[in-house]
This record gives sequence, C-alpha cells and structure tokens, in this order.
Amino acid sequence: MEAIFAFCVGLMTACGLFLTLRGRTFPVVVGITLLSYAVNLFLFSSGRLLINGATILGQSDQYADPLPQALVLTAIVIGFAMTAFVVILAIRARSDLGNDHVDGRNPPGAGLPSDRLKEKN
Amino acid sequence: MSLFWILLLPLLGTVVPLLTDRFGRTACAFATAALPALALVLVLLQVPAVFDGQSVVATLPWIPLLGLELSVHLDGLALLFAILVLGIGLLIILYARYYLSDKDSMGLFYAYLILFMTAMLGIVVSHNILQMWVFWEMTSVSSFLLISFWNHNSDARKGARMAMTVTGLGGLALLAGVIMIGNIVGSYDLTAVLSSGDLLREHAAYPVIVILVLLGAFTKSAQFPFHFWLPYAMAAPTPVSAYLHSATMVKAGIFLMARFYPVLSGTELWFVIVSLTGLTTLLIGAYTALFKHDLKGLLAYSTVSHLGLITLLLGMGSDMAAVAAVFHIINHAIFKASLFMAAGIIDHETGTRDMRRLSGLWKYMPYTATLAMVAAASMAGVPLLNGFLSKEMFFAETLDQSSLGSLSWMIPVLATVGTAFSVAYSLRFIHDVFFGGEPEELPKQPHEPPRYMRLPIDILVALCLLVGIWPALLIGNLLAVAAGAVVGGDLPDYGLYIWHGFNLPLLMSALAMTGGAYVYFNREKLFTFQAQFPEANANLIFDKSVKWVMKHCARFIDWFENGSLQRYAFLLILLALVLLGLPLIDLNTTAGLRPQIPVDAVMLSGAALLALSSLATVIWHRKRLIALLMLSVVGLIVSLAFALFSAPDLALTQLSVEVVTIILLLLALFFLPQSTPKESSPSRVARDLTIAAIFGGIIGTINYAIITRPLDSISDFFLDNAKSGGGGTNVVNVILVDFRGFDTLGEITVLGIAALGIYKLIARMGLFKPTSDDDGRPWTEDKHPMMLSVISQGLLPLALLVSAYIFLRGHNLPGGGFIAGLVTSIAIIQQYIAHGVDWLKDRLKLDYQKVIGSGLLIATLTGLGSWAFGYPFLTSWYDYWTWPVIGEFEVASAIAFDLGVYLTVVGATMLILANLGQHTTTERARETEHQ
Repeated sequence: MEAIFAFCVGLMTACGLFLTLRGRTFPVVVGITLLSYAVNLFLFSSGRLLINGATILGQSDQYADPLPQALVLTAIVIGFAMTAFVVILAIRARSDLGNDHVDGRNPPGAGLPSDRLKEKN
Repeated sequence: MSLFWILLLPLLGTVVPLLTDRFGRTACAFATAALPALALVLVLLQVPAVFDGQSVVATLPWIPLLGLELSVHLDGLALLFAILVLGIGLLIILYARYYLSDKDSMGLFYAYLILFMTAMLGIVVSHNILQMWVFWEMTSVSSFLLISFWNHNSDARKGARMAMTVTGLGGLALLAGVIMIGNIVGSYDLTAVLSSGDLLREHAAYPVIVILVLLGAFTKSAQFPFHFWLPYAMAAPTPVSAYLHSATMVKAGIFLMARFYPVLSGTELWFVIVSLTGLTTLLIGAYTALFKHDLKGLLAYSTVSHLGLITLLLGMGSDMAAVAAVFHIINHAIFKASLFMAAGIIDHETGTRDMRRLSGLWKYMPYTATLAMVAAASMAGVPLLNGFLSKEMFFAETLDQSSLGSLSWMIPVLATVGTAFSVAYSLRFIHDVFFGGEPEELPKQPHEPPRYMRLPIDILVALCLLVGIWPALLIGNLLAVAAGAVVGGDLPDYGLYIWHGFNLPLLMSALAMTGGAYVYFNREKLFTFQAQFPEANANLIFDKSVKWVMKHCARFIDWFENGSLQRYAFLLILLALVLLGLPLIDLNTTAGLRPQIPVDAVMLSGAALLALSSLATVIWHRKRLIALLMLSVVGLIVSLAFALFSAPDLALTQLSVEVVTIILLLLALFFLPQSTPKESSPSRVARDLTIAAIFGGIIGTINYAIITRPLDSISDFFLDNAKSGGGGTNVVNVILVDFRGFDTLGEITVLGIAALGIYKLIARMGLFKPTSDDDGRPWTEDKHPMMLSVISQGLLPLALLVSAYIFLRGHNLPGGGFIAGLVTSIAIIQQYIAHGVDWLKDRLKLDYQKVIGSGLLIATLTGLGSWAFGYPFLTSWYDYWTWPVIGEFEVASAIAFDLGVYLTVVGATMLILANLGQHTTTERARETEHQ
C-alpha cells in the first residue's frame, strides 16, 4: 500500500505543479489546491500509515501518531484561507486589470488585448 | 552598568538638540554638550581602573544561544579613543555654535553630529566584534548625513555619496572578515578573539581575513588607492571636517588595525600590505597636498599623508613602532583638528579658502594666525611641539626595520622625503595665508573671530605645546595603556623626552626641514612641472564607474527579472528540484524495513480514482468547471484516505473544507472566464510537464522512503500525557488546544487576518458582473428553487445540532472547534445558496468581523487567564463536575479556547463567502460603508 500511496502523492504533486505553472489565474489556483492536498497527505504520512489504529485513548493498543494529524488539521484550515485569498486576489486582479493572466497583462502575440492595467485611484 | 551609560548618554543626546533648537543657539549648544560631557566624566571615572590594568567590561545577554550580546568595555586603546571622541567632540560643539550661520538648522546639525559621536564611541568601546561592525556602519551613515549637510550644494551631495559608497563597500568587506573571524574563533567576543592569534594566523583562510579586514580599514582611513574620497568629503561644514575627517572617523580604520594588531599582525603578508600601503599613502598625500590651493584641500591631503604614516608604523611589526603609531594618533588628532578649525575661521571671516587670494592675514587676525602657525609647526614636526616627538619616534623606527630586506634603506629615505613635503606644505599654509603682502579682493573685510569660536583652538594648541614639552607627564600613562592594548603584551622600554641627543633621527629631521624649506621656496618650478599633468578628477571617474555598474546591473535585472511570474515559479521549482534531487542520489535503498500494509481491492480502486481524477483535472484544465469537479473528486478521496489511515479528525476536516473550497471556487468562476485560452507553446508544455513529472517523482520517492522506514516519534509524550495533563482522550484535539495551543492561537490569527484581507479586497472591487455565461446563455431566472429552500431550511437546525455535538465531544472523541466551525459555516452557506444574500441579511444579523474578533479575544483571554492563577500563558485546567440530569461532566479551560477557535473559523469562512457571494446577486448589495 505504501508504494501506491507514495505514487498518488507524487502524481498529485506533479499535476498540481504543472497547473501552477500555467499562465491564467484559475488553473494556478486549482494547481495550488491540488498541491496542498499532496502536501497534506505527505505530512500526514510522516506519522506512517496505519489502518484501524486508535486516535482516542483507550480504544486500542496501537495508536496512530497524533502529532502529524494535529499539524495537518490546522494546515488544512490555513490552506483553505490561503486558497481563498489567492482566488479573491485573482478576481480582484481581473476586475482591476481586465484580464486573468498571472502577469497582469495578456501575453503579446496571442491576439488578445495586451494593455496593462487601467490606473485605479 | 555605568559603562553602558557611556554609550547610552550620547545616544539619548541625539534628540536633545532637536528639542532645544527653539531656545536659541547658545542654549541649544549647551544642552547638546551636556550629555556627552557627562559621558566624558564617566569615561574619566574609569581611568584609574584602566591604568591599574583591570578589565572593565559590561555585558547584557541578548540571544545567548547564538552568542549575541551587547557588550561594552574600556581597555587602554578604547579609553584613548573615547577621550579623543568625546573631548574633541565637545570642542567641536562649541566651535560649531559660532561657525553655523542663521540659515543652517542648528538642531539638525548637532543631532547628526551627536549621532556620529555615538557611533564612533560605539566602535571603540564594543567588546563584541559584530556589534563593533554595526557601529562602524553607523559612522558611515552619519558621516553621509554630515557631509551632505548643505544638501543644496551639489558638491556636498556628490562628496557624501562617494564617501558613503567607498566606506560602505569597505564595511561589507569588513563584515565578511568579522564573520570569518567569528567562525574560526567560535565567538565574537573580543577577549576570545584577541587570545586566538595563533589560531587565526595559522588558519588557511588567514590571507582572506587579513585582506577583508584591511579593505575595511583602508577605505575608512583613506589609504591609497581609496584615498580619493577624503578630499571630496571636504564639502562638509568645517566642524565636520575637523571632527570626522581628521580627528575621529578616519582614525576608525587605524583603530581597527590597532584593535586586531595582536591577532592579525606578525606575518609577512601583514607587513608587506600594511607598510607598503602606508608608505605610498604617506608620499602621495604629502606631495599632492602641496599643490592644493584650497586650504581644506591641503589639510585633507595632509591628513591622508599622516594616516599613511600611522599605517606604515602599524605595518612595521615592532612593538616600538606600535607605540609611535598610538602617539601619532593622539598628536595628529590634536594639531589637525585645530588646523581645520583655524581654516574654518579664515573661511568664515574672509569668505574664501583659496590660498591664491589669501595673504597677509597676520595684520588682521594676529591671534588666530599665531595659533594656526603653532599648529602648523607641529604638523611640520618642529621641536618643542608634540608633532616633533612622534615624528622622531617614527624616524627611529624606520631606521630600525628590515621588512624589505636589502631594500630596507629605502623606507627611511622615503620617510624623510615625505616629511620634507610635509614641511613644505606647512610652510605654504603659514606663509601664503598670513604673510606675503596684502590680500586681494576678499569677499569680506577680515577680522578676528568671536572670542569663544577661538577657544577650542586655544585649548588644542596649548595641548600641542604642553605635550610637546612635558610628554611623559601629560600623556605618558595614557599612551602606555593604549599602546599596551595594541601590542597585547609588555611594552619595550622607551622614554618620552624632548632631547635624545644628536642621533640619526634628528639628522633626518634637520634634512626634512631644510629640504622642505627648499622645496617651498622653489615651488614655482614644481608647480610648473605638476601643471603638465592633467589633473585626474576622481569625481568624474567615480561617477563614470557608478554609471557603468548601474547600467550593467539594470541590464542584468531586465534580463533576469522580466516580470513573468511563470518564469520565476519555474526557476524556483528548478532550484528546489536540484536541492531535493541531489541528496536522493546518495540514498542507496529506497524502501525501508517497516512491514508494509497489504493492498486490497477497495484501496486499489480508491487510488485509481484519485490518480484518474488528478490527471483529468490537468487534462481538462481549460474547461474550468469540469476541472473543478474533478478537483472535488480528488479532495473527497483524500478525506477518505484520512479516514482509512486512522485519522478521523482529519477526514472530517478535509471533508468540510472540501465543501467550502469547492463552493468558493464555483463562486469565483462566476467572476472569472469559464475557460482558459490555449496559449502555452508546445515546447513550454513539454518543459513544464517534464519538470512537474520529475518533481512528482522525487516527492513520491521521498515519501516512499519515509513511510517505509520505522518511526521514532516524540508522540509518545502526547499519548502519555493527553489524559493526565490535558484532560481529554482525543489526543489530536488535546494537542491543538493544549500542548500546542500557542501554535493554534497563531494559526487562527492568520486565518482571521486572511479573512480580513479578503474582505478589504472585495470591498473595494470594481464590479465585474457578467450577465451571461461564456456561451451567451443568460443566468437562470429561478434563482432560489423552492425544493432547495424548503429542504435546506429544515436541515439548518439539524446541521447546527450536529456541529454543537461535534464541538462538545471534541476533547474526547473526533471533533473540536475547527470541524464544528466548518460544519456551522456549511449550514449557513447552504441558507445563502438557497435563499440569497438579501433574504438572510434580514434574518441573520451577524457581523462576521466581530465574530472573528470575539473568537480571537476568547482564545487569547483563555490563555491570559492562566496568568491570573500564576501559571504560564495558555496553561489549561480541567475538573469533573457532577451535573444534575447529565451526570459527570468535564469542564476544561481548553473548551473555552476551542470556542475561540470555533468562532474564528465560522467568522472567517463566512466573511469570505458571504462577501463574495453578495456580488453575484443582480442588485449589488447596498453600497457598503467602505466605499
């Protein structure tokens, strides 16, 4: 199972990274989200994989490592806040700059208006 | 503790002139002088202890683990410099009171001056070499401010910039040297450094350290080839020139060499570099000074030359030479400061400093002329004055060294030549200015300066004479302790007498005198000779090189930082790839010894689904809605994976975050294009795919390597103590709210800040509201389907109940503030979706910002509460109570903390989603108060 788990983490990392390198904001946000899944799984697995382990005291002899779980739990919530921040930034950038490219301007030669931002206040 | 006051008093004194400026010039000057004077008294109080040879050190630890501390000391060398800095500083304050005109801001000038004084004092009394470097940089900055004090003047600005650049670059070199010394010695403490001389000298990096430290010293002390900045710094007001550029700052480099003399000198490398640089500087400075028509220009080159002389002495390697160096530091400070002040008076009272126009001033200002002549005679090395004594010692030392082997005879000869020029320019200073006929067309009618403007010169010139006649009596002890600190051991026997009998040094002096007089009276020929050479303008060369550097930097930055985020991300990932990949090559076996979990069909199909949906997210990433749906599948399987691998808390969190995230991203799609244009070139796609695949492979490998190895975790501590210490059986929750509660507090704070940031981003957003989707289809008319409304309304109490249950049981069973908060948020969001923002606004009057605020407040107060009982921040407390009906119930302070977490999570999530959501309604929500 460990090999499959590691494969999935690697695959999700690769997919997330590829999307992060795209030029438009939305795929980048999706990529970051995917990447954060992979990171959370990675961190979580540093406590090793255990099936039917106990997390509540007194349930079983074999306990799952609680420390990575606690860290990943907050990481998930913070990750949501960061995703939200990035996505709102992307929306704001589109409304201010008139396009959704990560550089704030459409690349030249793509047949799209490549004007930079209209100055706001 | 009084040692710290030596440094602290002038530092406080920096603001005094700014506050007292309005009470008039004299009051301002006196107030400014008060604190440095007090500091001088404190220094003098330490004199007996220093003379006794006690070590006077005071240390305040700052980060002891890193060896960082605030450490101040007074040894002989520091004592000498502290007296010079404070004593001459006080005289300069008095002098500047009369020198500055009404147009100059006196408060500002004094503030800069005292700031510089503090910095300079900091250099000399620092017992930690890193701390010394900080003050070293402070002198560069404050001298920049002082040189450019008349900043309407372009020369002043340029001179300040040049001084800053040259000394700043030297400062960087010095920092590198200091850090290397610290690394080798293992401490930045001066005592430790000074006792590691052999360690440093035998270290392989010794040549590098010597060169770096000397770069710092040579740039600061204007040694060839870095001497060019000092003449340009003369654009500063004359009190600054007298203080910084003759008595103190330029001596900082000399001080540095003297400070490290016990550990860095004593090798061939040191002798060759230091003595040759000193000799070259001595000759060039003395020769050039003769041709300067500007009084201050002459004095500036003369300073360069005398600094060269001291450097040469420090490079000779004999203990006696070090004594002579220290002696000349004192003498030069005294006579050069007085000469600068005299030059300032002449400038002030005649309106010019050009020696071609000045002459015959003796008639108009005989008193000042007498003072200036005595000081200039001391500079030339005339007997009965202090300059003579140290010059004799210098001559004696040049005769007594052999660093150049059989060419060593050249050093005394060249020293005599240099001194002859020194005599010549001193003669020029006296004769051109005070004699030789009537002055021509002076801008002002010359006359004597105000009484107290002359007082500082009176004092210094008196010192020239007194030290010259009774040297041993006046400064014998001070010189001995200071030189002792330089040599780092016992001093040789020497006598400070005026008369050593007829000997070779006296002959050299006599030769220099006659030679200098001869050169001066035949100067016309020399001037004609010198006029053949085009004068190199260091300013132009400097400007040119600065422009060259700027141009190439700009070109490099244009190439490297082209503004493309994709490129930066790519480069960063590439770097991470190299850093992660290289160590893996050294790892021989990937799989560890831990027994692995057998695979079954359910797991396999889950993994397959995860892999396929990840890939589908990528493949269909242009169709954004579909990509989003695929992403949600990934998220769901991740939460299932958490559930499978014994992490119910994580599964619950992931599941609820997943819901919120997908709703948010769907909302975002409303404001963003529904599809992504195809614009990456095939080669770009191939490149990104390759790097992503390699990276994924590396991460997967690392992950596999980690999870197949046995675990040695610190978690046993948490498992053992969760119940007894934290009063809960859900260890994950106990870690969050108790063991690592401080982390959690930080994290919910970040959450709150992120939400507020998002709120501000949304609040001022220009409306971008599509009326239809990308294919031109209008939005549905049926915005709030009845089915949805009815069902969701019924679900609300149920959902809230579940969330309350999850919250309350969190300490002992899976759940807790984070999860409960997310569940509550989802329940409310559902109402928003089903009924719209306006419907809910009338029914749910919750200010989400206040919810966040109260959440953080509760969590913080819970933490602070433990202080009331005398425990550290966030210590938790719990007890069991028997309640009617319910039975035994646990009350823990952690539950209050968890309530804070809960409120923050609800507030943050809702603030984000509700604010974004209200923009999707046809009527834009009423103009918010933030517009």
